[in-house]
Amino acid sequence: MQIDRRLISHFDWTLFLLAVGLVLLGVVTIYSANYDIAAQHAGALPSRQLIWLGLGLVAMFAALALDYHYVDRLAYPFFAVILLLLLVVDVVGQSGGGSQRWINLGFFRLQPSEPAKVAIVLVMVKYFQEDEPRGGYRLRDLWVPFALVAPLIFLTLIQPDLGTAIILGMVFMSMILMGGLRLKSFFCLAGAGLASLPIAWQFLRPYQRERVLTFIDPDRDPLGAGYHVIQSQIAVGSGRLFGKGYLGGTQNRLDFLPAQHTDFIFAVFSEEWGFIGCFILLACYFALIVYGLKVVERAKDRMGALLVFGTLSIIFWHVVINVAMVAGVLPVVGVPLPLFSYGGSALATMMFAIGLMINVSMRRYIF
Amino acid sequence: MTLSDLGRKDGAPELRPRARLIYLLVILAFIGIIARLIFLQAIQGERYSYLSENNRIRIKRILGTRGMIYDQRGDLLVDSRPSFDLLFVPEDSENPEATLRQLAGYLGRAESELLENFKQSKSRSAFDDITLGKDVDWATVVAVETHQLDLPGVTLRVRPRRNYADGPAGAHVLGYLGEIGPKQLKSFKEEGYELGDEIGQYGLEKKWEQYLRGKGGGQQVEVDAVGRRVRVLSEVISGPGYTVHLTLDRKLQQTAYEALQGKQGTIVVLDVHSGAILAMASTPAFDPNVFARGIKGDEWRALIKDRLRPLSNRAIQGQYPPGSTFKVVMAIAGLEEEAVQPDTKIFDPGFFPFGNRNFRDWKKEGHGSVDLHKSLVESCDVYYYTLGTRLGVDKIAKWSRAFGLGEKSGALLDDEKSGLVPDTEWKRKRFRQPWYPGETPSVAIGQGYLTVTPLQLANMMATVANGGTLYRPRLVSRVESIEGQRVYEQGPEVIRTIELKPETLNRVRSALADVVQGAAGTGKAARSPIIALAGKTGTAQVVEMKGAYLKSEQLTYFSRDHAWFVSYAPLNKPEIAIAVLVEHGGHGGSAAAPMAKMVAEKYAEMKNSPTTQQEARAEGEKRAN
Repeated sequence: MQIDRRLISHFDWTLFLLAVGLVLLGVVTIYSANYDIAAQHAGALPSRQLIWLGLGLVAMFAALALDYHYVDRLAYPFFAVILLLLLVVDVVGQSGGGSQRWINLGFFRLQPSEPAKVAIVLVMVKYFQEDEPRGGYRLRDLWVPFALVAPLIFLTLIQPDLGTAIILGMVFMSMILMGGLRLKSFFCLAGAGLASLPIAWQFLRPYQRERVLTFIDPDRDPLGAGYHVIQSQIAVGSGRLFGKGYLGGTQNRLDFLPAQHTDFIFAVFSEEWGFIGCFILLACYFALIVYGLKVVERAKDRMGALLVFGTLSIIFWHVVINVAMVAGVLPVVGVPLPLFSYGGSALATMMFAIGLMINVSMRRYIF
Repeated sequence: MTLSDLGRKDGAPELRPRARLIYLLVILAFIGIIARLIFLQAIQGERYSYLSENNRIRIKRILGTRGMIYDQRGDLLVDSRPSFDLLFVPEDSENPEATLRQLAGYLGRAESELLENFKQSKSRSAFDDITLGKDVDWATVVAVETHQLDLPGVTLRVRPRRNYADGPAGAHVLGYLGEIGPKQLKSFKEEGYELGDEIGQYGLEKKWEQYLRGKGGGQQVEVDAVGRRVRVLSEVISGPGYTVHLTLDRKLQQTAYEALQGKQGTIVVLDVHSGAILAMASTPAFDPNVFARGIKGDEWRALIKDRLRPLSNRAIQGQYPPGSTFKVVMAIAGLEEEAVQPDTKIFDPGFFPFGNRNFRDWKKEGHGSVDLHKSLVESCDVYYYTLGTRLGVDKIAKWSRAFGLGEKSGALLDDEKSGLVPDTEWKRKRFRQPWYPGETPSVAIGQGYLTVTPLQLANMMATVANGGTLYRPRLVSRVESIEGQRVYEQGPEVIRTIELKPETLNRVRSALADVVQGAAGTGKAARSPIIALAGKTGTAQVVEMKGAYLKSEQLTYFSRDHAWFVSYAPLNKPEIAIAVLVEHGGHGGSAAAPMAKMVAEKYAEMKNSPTTQQEARAEGEKRAN
């Protein structure tokens, strides 16, 4: 492969710096979330997240090095590998007697459900790259994407990882809408989805049902899940306008928050930085997404546009669901804040996604 | 390149209107989030700020009382009584050390002791409480309540404490509770257990944990700056656990335990017509009340390291050679397989030559001419060496298994052992060797590879007593909610019915009667004026005697034989089966038979005085109230 000098000059620094900035802000917050006043240190997690950032940068450059038109050839093999890994995790997890979401690679526990998010985008891009039929796709035209994605979501759901399953579903819906599904068909699908909720309910573990019920009626379980929701809201609300200052969050410090360095990291952040901090953080995500949409508009072909759009939808749904959950607007499902929460698989996947966006962005002038 | 291609150089125009729509959606979503944050942080900020500064919302778990355990007459065996733990939350006191000094003054306890406790618990997380004392006495409760205002952060927690009415008498069956271990916590977390919770660790307390455990409840409580409760924000009402009714008879259990005092051994009493276990005592025992108050490290170590293994329930975990008690099974097998006729005579010169080896009779000079009756009454070994060789090991195994030997009796208690019934198949699998005919004579007199549990032997005798029905032994008859609603019930369950000729039963039973009642019987010590027993003695060798006929007194304690006595009563219309095993007790006739007599007499006495039952019921109700 020849390296085109124009590629380097067109490297998308905006996307790159936004992403790396968010990760670094995340590391700072993970440090605070795990900071032990008495011992005056924060354990190994912040530095480990930096290692994951390094790994993520490798993933990012891998994603932008190859011309994105190779997606055409690589989408299905990638998808198959992910599906296989998920199957392995499910089988091993079952025999292990509990829910297990990762494969131990020695230095790294890979959660295949994270790259699965990208896998969905890639197969959708491959499928929808052709010009859409006049008037848009009808549902029956789309049996291939459905057949591809259904096992992926099913395998994630039985892990059980409700949060990731929901993200996969949302990304899939975003992709087929953008790909050209007729609006009428979409509404049919949405109706069918609502009707199948009782079936989905059967797949949930008792504790997951409890969480959903708790959200509908917070007084239902004031000692368990309801307690976390309340404590998380107290953390966010008590940050007020300017926050309690870095390392000053008492909700976090006194262990009132659950999963404080992963799913509830936004609560830690907003307690310490207040509304101003939250606004700036959300503005970064907003900038990332809006800038990404510009890349979608300017992409040189349909394939590039869809690729960027897909990765954007991953980020968008993560941010919205996570923040809404922490702020008590959605039930507690395990969805991390992208680029920000602690977690190697999630971070590497997000960096890979950013790499894909840069890939499209820097090749828009090249024919 | 055509013109139309050039026109498409800037991407996919059909996607543009959609992208514009998406801008709108994204903007709306972010506005929504920001609005929520404004609501939480600006509008409600003051309130949440207050809540977090005074984050004194505590979760207080209140578990329902653990269920009670009753015996078959409704006599209370296990219940829970309230006890008080003394707790301290240092964060709620401005000067924790001063508070503790104050407290020490009120209690008349050494300051250093309390401060020590406080210093040791530095690693706990904030706002966790420190336990200063468990199950403190009434004076402490009064002192703390009276001086509450001077003792910020000091609280009392009411906790139900398990109470075992008869202490060690039923220890092995009832079991004990202990704090949940980290490994257990992992597997029980989804059922709502938390660190520090008590969970059944042994016996019925463990086996019936999910029924006995009180239903979880708790309160979300707001406390003030010094840790006093301001108000209950919300509450989940807890409920008591289920009541478990046993087949045990408390009085019989006590008698069995007392009979065993000073010895290591076990007594099992079964109802021959239902498999209900009326008593199951094992010694040495332990006092489960010690676990209830919180066992200390050295006490626990002493229990585990004790060479006499007080934590082992010998009735189901002890595996012993059955010795001569096995001759009951052999006699039945011999008659049913027609390897001998009842009147077949076998001459016993005091030894049984087989191959290049002589198997000895326990009586050096021999029993002379022996028929089936005499063989059981006098426990003649040579008769059974001969019979065993005629039957072969596989037929012996078949009949042993028919009577439930070599298999676990069922879902009674955890850690039940199966014993071992050897046959050619087993030998081949275990040792990759054929069965040598020379190994059969040992098995025929209940030695060799053969081992059984005392419960199995009791059940074997029950089966002989009832004419061939093997019932599954059971301890629990029913489980009820506190309102009396039945949630579990277990009636008699037949494992199998053994077809036996009436002739066989008559001959064996009459011999077993003469073991106790006859002049030459080995079990004369069980003869009672109140109730007539039929039984069989046994002596299980612990170490192989080479040549010498030593009296047990001449041996070191741990190499002395185990003493067996298995029996049923009353003789003519059997109701109960009793198995007694005394470890290193020497001869079954002298060591074990008198204990069976004691238990049988207690049974007869209770049955003959109808008032006992009423008394027991009245007493039971009184306690329950």
